[in-house]
Amino acid sequence: MERIGIWIGVFFTFCIFSFLYKDNPFYKVAEQVFVGLSAGYWFMYTVFSILKPNLYVPLTTDFRANWILIIPAILGFMMLVRLIPKIDWLSRFPISLMIGTTAGVSLIRFLQSDVINQLSATMINPFKGSGIIEIFGNFLLIIGTFTGVIYFYFSKKHEGVFGGIAKIGVIFLMISFGSAFGYTTMARISLLIGRLQFLLGDWLHIIAQ
Amino acid sequence: MKNKLPLLITFMAGIIVIVSDFIPHRPFGTISGTIEEWFLIISGFAIILGNLSLFKVNLNKIQFKMENWQYSIVTLFSFILMVVLGVLWGMETNAGFLGHGESISSFLGDKKPFDYLFDNVYQNLSATMFSLLAFFIASAAYRAFIGRTFESKLLVVSAILVMLGRTTLGTYLTGWLPNSLDFLHLPNIASFIMKYPNTAGQRAIMIGAGLGIIGSSIRIILGIERSYLGGN
Repeated sequence: MERIGIWIGVFFTFCIFSFLYKDNPFYKVAEQVFVGLSAGYWFMYTVFSILKPNLYVPLTTDFRANWILIIPAILGFMMLVRLIPKIDWLSRFPISLMIGTTAGVSLIRFLQSDVINQLSATMINPFKGSGIIEIFGNFLLIIGTFTGVIYFYFSKKHEGVFGGIAKIGVIFLMISFGSAFGYTTMARISLLIGRLQFLLGDWLHIIAQ
Repeated sequence: MKNKLPLLITFMAGIIVIVSDFIPHRPFGTISGTIEEWFLIISGFAIILGNLSLFKVNLNKIQFKMENWQYSIVTLFSFILMVVLGVLWGMETNAGFLGHGESISSFLGDKKPFDYLFDNVYQNLSATMFSLLAFFIASAAYRAFIGRTFESKLLVVSAILVMLGRTTLGTYLTGWLPNSLDFLHLPNIASFIMKYPNTAGQRAIMIGAGLGIIGSSIRIILGIERSYLGGN
């Protein structure tokens, strides 16, 4: 059955690659299989990894100690009635709890990790480097972060000195986007190499695995 | 009740979570922990809602014979197949209604039917789908490479330097340089770009996005932003 599994994998791999020629029914079928299997996988993953250990098991093993979990269960079912237009307003209550919790958690988390931590990491002594290149790099780090943040300040028109500083920020952002682009390209190509290894190694045994 | 109570719930949940971070003692710590536990359970139902919505949309497509409705049959069949296999024999270490399905698992090479489908179909489809982007990213690169502005040229140069510096080709191209010019060695240039200008740009983006998220969170908690409630 392992061999059949490889053949199934090969079939779907070619179905997806057929899109390189043009959109066709094989690609569309493979695409829809992917959507269906993804949904099915996440459905089962949710049941087994979230609802079973956090709701079903506590309620069935020790109901007296965990009866409070009936409330999120009811809220969860209220969430599902969003599919029934007449009473879809009931879903607002669980959604509001989720949105409120997410907003609270995000506020604290992003304030800590994305603002305070990043700012304190930038407030360094640039001359504390071990060599000229590191000192130069430290200056770039400070100037780049400062000018980049200035670029994202849209309450003032980008002109004059302010516009000039924002323009320097764009330079750093472009270098950053370029690096990200380079990394993404390499990641995709390594995935492609992985697929070729699967076809030539696991399936055809032309190359060593 | 339809509008004001949800706003009050949002406000209370948000404030309790924030306060509990500064005062992690009773009652805030306990309430915050409970809310986060409830959040997890409700988010589980939210994922199920998404699945049911997908099911409904595809069912409607088939019922009203909308454009490409035949493909919706494939979607529903794959979805139902995955769920049925998971429910009957479970997934990974979890047992289904029929237990772990030892006999069928040994037939499939020590894999449960759900895991067999996941490994042989889902994994292959997922990897191939993303590897397909390698070809499209090549065309995007071409468009970026013919950029005529100074900014687009910067993007191209840093992308090329990072790509070359992270491969053996980069090491080979500048491997002949003497030690005194070590800083011009392509892997070193790539590391420099990643460590300094790239980090500076990423930091600026993180700080900007972080401030934006904090602003949005405050608007949501205070009830200024209420689009999540929908119409009516």
